[in-house]
Amino acid sequence: MTEAPSQFRFVSANRRVREDRRFVAGRGHYVADIALEGMLHVAMVASQHPAARIVSIDASAALALPGVHYVLTGEELAGGVDQLMNGLDTPNVRRYPLAVGRTRYAGEWVAAVVADSRALAEDAAEKVRVVYEPLAYLTKAEEALDPASPPVHPEHGSNILLDRQFVWGEVDRHFAESPRHLSFRVTWGRNSTVPIETFGVVASWDPWRDMLDVWASIQMPKYSDQISRALRIPTNAVRVHQDVDVGGSYGVKRGIKHTVLVGYLSRRLNRPVRFLEDRLENMRSGDAHGPERIFDVDVAFDEAGIIKSMKMRALDNAGAYAGRAPFQLGKPIGAIVGPYKIQSVAYRAQSVTTNKAVQEAVRGFGQSPTNYAIETAMDKVARACGLDRVEARRRNFIRKEEFPYLIPSGTRYDSGDYHTVVEKVLAHVDYDGLLAERDRLRASGLLAGIGIAACLEPSGGNSSFEPLLNEKNTTTTWMDSARITIDGPGFVTVTIHTTSSGQGHETLAATVVAEVLEIDPDRIRVVRPDTLESLPSNSPVGSRMAIMLGGACFHAAQKLKAKLVAIAAFQFGIAPEAARYETGAVSDPASGRRLDWADIVNIAHRNFHLLPPDTEPGLAVTHVMQVPTATKLPEDGRVQMYPCHSFEFHVVLIALDPVLGKPEIRRYVIGHDCGTVINPHIVKGMTLGGIAHGIGAALLEEFVYDDEGQLLTQSFMDYLLPSSHEVPAVEIVHHVTPSPFTVFGQKGSGESGYLGAPAAISGALNDAVDALGIAFDKLPIRIFAISDAVAAARAKQSQEKTSA
Amino acid sequence: MKVELTINGTARTAEVEARKTLLDALREDFQLTGTHAGCEHGVCGACTVLIDGAPARSCLMFACQADGYDITTIEGMAPAPGELSVIQDAFCETHGMQCGFCTPGMVLAAHALLAREDSPDRAAIVEAISGNICRCTGYGQIVEAIALAAERLRTANTPRGVRPPQIGAPHVDPDAGEDAPGAGILEAADADMPHGGRP
Repeated sequence: MTEAPSQFRFVSANRRVREDRRFVAGRGHYVADIALEGMLHVAMVASQHPAARIVSIDASAALALPGVHYVLTGEELAGGVDQLMNGLDTPNVRRYPLAVGRTRYAGEWVAAVVADSRALAEDAAEKVRVVYEPLAYLTKAEEALDPASPPVHPEHGSNILLDRQFVWGEVDRHFAESPRHLSFRVTWGRNSTVPIETFGVVASWDPWRDMLDVWASIQMPKYSDQISRALRIPTNAVRVHQDVDVGGSYGVKRGIKHTVLVGYLSRRLNRPVRFLEDRLENMRSGDAHGPERIFDVDVAFDEAGIIKSMKMRALDNAGAYAGRAPFQLGKPIGAIVGPYKIQSVAYRAQSVTTNKAVQEAVRGFGQSPTNYAIETAMDKVARACGLDRVEARRRNFIRKEEFPYLIPSGTRYDSGDYHTVVEKVLAHVDYDGLLAERDRLRASGLLAGIGIAACLEPSGGNSSFEPLLNEKNTTTTWMDSARITIDGPGFVTVTIHTTSSGQGHETLAATVVAEVLEIDPDRIRVVRPDTLESLPSNSPVGSRMAIMLGGACFHAAQKLKAKLVAIAAFQFGIAPEAARYETGAVSDPASGRRLDWADIVNIAHRNFHLLPPDTEPGLAVTHVMQVPTATKLPEDGRVQMYPCHSFEFHVVLIALDPVLGKPEIRRYVIGHDCGTVINPHIVKGMTLGGIAHGIGAALLEEFVYDDEGQLLTQSFMDYLLPSSHEVPAVEIVHHVTPSPFTVFGQKGSGESGYLGAPAAISGALNDAVDALGIAFDKLPIRIFAISDAVAAARAKQSQEKTSA
Repeated sequence: MKVELTINGTARTAEVEARKTLLDALREDFQLTGTHAGCEHGVCGACTVLIDGAPARSCLMFACQADGYDITTIEGMAPAPGELSVIQDAFCETHGMQCGFCTPGMVLAAHALLAREDSPDRAAIVEAISGNICRCTGYGQIVEAIALAAERLRTANTPRGVRPPQIGAPHVDPDAGEDAPGAGILEAADADMPHGGRP
């Protein structure tokens, strides 16, 4: 069901975000704010070797300190818990919260010290003596493909977690038919989302009730399932409290190993136990790094710049354990051709283990690196054909009238109007003027370049990549839910069944329910029950909540409205279809009779004798929503991935001093179309924040390991997050192409900006240095890389001049 | 050891370990959990408090070093329970946050800026919050919030008929024409401005 935008009362209105009030007052409720009576604290003993056999652990000096309660080793833990889940069918890649027998990356936790305070636990951790026998290690993905490389998990037999070749369409024929080909390699550096709040968890076991209470800074689908499985207790003995504000996540707050560890300790010690990562633990061993990926791309195209076919090989360095990370090679299959009409694709997805920290889900789940590879291809084709980069994209775009559009890998894109968005952006930015400005900057002695990126944000996350990459996995639903009650005095309460990390889900739920019931959103209470009182949710991943939580709230509110109408119509003696609902009251247009909200609620709560036959008393409804369009298991390596596809188009102008090499973003414009916007403030914030995150990925952020396997960037002084100085004022050009698959025409926006910014910035820098005959093919492009490359190119040029 | 300090206008004392940071003391000994630990090495600014009115990292200062100082935390910003200051309300108006974790530090940094400058331009706002990392917003709506708060503070309690004063512009209402009030009233308008919240 799709309603025209003009009919909306609250949807798309510039209303405040209700969560903000508590945050500006410092009254958020974060995991570090939870302090239980008798609570103990944990600090970790970390391995300093990238790979080593653990010979012995001597905790006696630590345990001798007053206030130290326990030192837990991996060996004990492995005897008490089951191994953590892998996404792929790789049972011999065994992962426990602490290293068992062998460490697999520098920083991996070897033992956990429990004490009366965190400071004391840290003191004691330094007194734990571990004897190691160093083993051979590796850090590079390409090395891991070599069967002779030192195995991170010898029982697994190799370092290869995944190697799948997909061919969608007639790739060989299309390559043979195409007059022109080009090939290139680009590399996406290992970065992550690095929230300002580190991960934290509190667990409290009650042996008299057989209940494990958990409070965590979590954004994780099926979190309770994994805790219960690993701890070997029923899921209904795990109660996760979801009224905990999460201080940023953008994908990575999965904390499963932390939770299993702390849950075990709480049961072992019969005390509440809290672990809060410090920044070092977060960056080095929180298992929250993002994709690190090499792309080898070949494209086949014609003289007009039309790309007919693409071969892409993506080799991802997953780090020391598998987890869910390899799926980040699967999700981009749902938008593997970007916004373009590429007719056939060959895609090889490879994921390998190395002795680096473990990967976790990062904003976009692999889509931003893939978009960077696709957009680099588009720039290179434009250059090869002598075309303007915008024109090259326009020629390849899917046209508005071609939607819904089936791409070769099996996903049907819902809707879009890419050409119009591009026209609006070019008009806003004055593209000819921008080109002239770039040339003026160049004439003044600076290097200057324009970057262009067009890409999609698949949204409404299902989990179709799971069965696609793991045949034992038969997941075809990734539901979400809402419950609405109207109490006796007539007040409305909506429940949502997940934590949030800044996405404004309380505002979303209130807005949607108010829209359907035509009542004031500010009078609707939104609460988060704990997991045992909750309906199914798969948490805010995959840009899904506007679609899935919004959709569930919409359908639940429709059910509630239908019940209100049925009760009133029964009093009027008319059919419900003949009654009219308006702003909470129901009337009979024929007789003019009318029942107000309070009257109908009163009947539902107190007058069973007035209810229509077979009607439950009270006003409580639930709705569990299936992801639109996702109904089937994959067939022939094809599957319908996410239902909705938002579009973004970036234009950026960068100037830099050729000697200093520091990029300065002079202009940043993004055209953004995520269908019907439910709250403009929230969508704007996601987009601007995503761009800032993308600027970090493109220019600043990388987890760098040296040849000794040691992480060099493990504080905010060497892993640089963009500050207000690095992020320019961004101009947003809006467009709305409603999705036919959602209740209001909305699409997702939680990853917007981030999905195209790295590609756009890379394009701008390459445009800036093109005349020097150099190009950057690896992100991040840091200042020293620019100044070094420019200096070398200039030296070469002047040498050539001299010798000529 | 014993520390005596003023927090949000109230004299407080606590017995703390010498190595305890002001951040940990505020959170654990004074139950003021609005001050957040982000990096604990002085970069991210989530732990920002005002010390004698100036923004400082509470993670880089020992509690005992704060002895005798006047500390303002985010809990000292709201004028009354459930009410917001002009700056806090401006952050809500522009949605200058998402997850809220850096927000207390941002609000305090904004407060310190607007206490010394009533019409900061974009560059001044960017500079004032450059020591506070926000991972959610990309700063755009935070900059808007601070500019909006500055405007509201400048124009608060301005008498009717008097246009919001502009820096460097004469304080004369162009609509008043012949009836333009005398200099005394304009001085009253100026005198009213601090009631908007600036000390």
